[in-house]
Amino acid sequence: MVNYIWAAMAVIGIVYAMFNGTMEEVNEALFESADDAVMLSIGLISVLVFWLGLMKVAEEAGLLTMLAKLFKPLVTRLFPDIPKDHPAMGYILSNFTANLFGLGNAATPMGIKAMEQMKQLSQTDEASRSMITFLAINTSSLTLIPATVIAIRMKYDSAAPTEIVGTTIIATLISSAAAIIIDRLFYYRRVRKQKK
Amino acid sequence: MSFISTISSWMIPLIILIVLISASWKKLPSYELFVEGGKEGIQMAFSLLPFLLGMMVSIAILRGSGALDAFISMLSPLLQAFGVPPDIVPLSIIRPISGTAALGMTTELINTHGPDSFIGRLASTMQGSTDTTLYIITVYFGAVGIRRMGDALKVGLLADLIGIIASIVIVTIVFAR
Repeated sequence: MVNYIWAAMAVIGIVYAMFNGTMEEVNEALFESADDAVMLSIGLISVLVFWLGLMKVAEEAGLLTMLAKLFKPLVTRLFPDIPKDHPAMGYILSNFTANLFGLGNAATPMGIKAMEQMKQLSQTDEASRSMITFLAINTSSLTLIPATVIAIRMKYDSAAPTEIVGTTIIATLISSAAAIIIDRLFYYRRVRKQKK
Repeated sequence: MSFISTISSWMIPLIILIVLISASWKKLPSYELFVEGGKEGIQMAFSLLPFLLGMMVSIAILRGSGALDAFISMLSPLLQAFGVPPDIVPLSIIRPISGTAALGMTTELINTHGPDSFIGRLASTMQGSTDTTLYIITVYFGAVGIRRMGDALKVGLLADLIGIIASIVIVTIVFAR
């Protein structure tokens, strides 16, 4: 599916530009974004090295297993196909915690590690059930403190920069709950299809 | 609320403290482990590059050509019929596709309408309560080589839609227009 979406975005853009005379803009956007992507990847090196380094120490020290044990009842229900004390649980939880506290740049490396562990469990290049659940919760953005937004509001002299924290938390809770429910519905649909 | 911002600035140093103390307590070679884990990070960043670049270029072509704007203005009347304020429509459509574009739009909306306006609050809530689904899927699946992504995209986009609707409803209830 991502293949079609990816190709469609570019094809639609180019065809649209043919009829609307925006080919110059397309050319410009093309190389500018390629540049941006390289800068972004290089910028990611610092966070990836730092957090993966620290997480390696945390893992060896047994902290991730401890974290997994602490939240066992909740997470085993969300991810029933991951063995209870598996390191994947620890990474999933660290990713959620980082998201909750708005440490967006710490969440990505942990999310990737969690994915890696889940792939080891499934051993295929197809997204497993737990991977889809994990992504659904991530895309609905578990946030307690939207730090970037607060910073922008402060910059534009808001009378109460943090007043949107409450609404953000409620909206996040609703969208995360919805994500989990939708994910389950799709899962049961997949199971039904396989049986046929 | 200052309590919350204190927590977020203490968070990272505290994590470092806990990790290093417990590793030293267990007599682990913490520095060597850090370096070993960090090496993975370099590799990961480079293996992510083609995934990110491919996706970002495709999105840029769609935006640069003006097709995305045309699509948004086509959709606007429909969304307005559902009570979605017209100024917020582009943001709600861009948010799942491109994080940097969405952040730019939020800043722009806050700048023109003021942070304490209805639109300003709505943009802030929307920005904080949804995430860039396409980026997350690209990065997470790209890094570990998942090629068939099953229902992931559908579930992610539906969750975004609900997040956006939830933001509009809640901000309307809490702050009124």
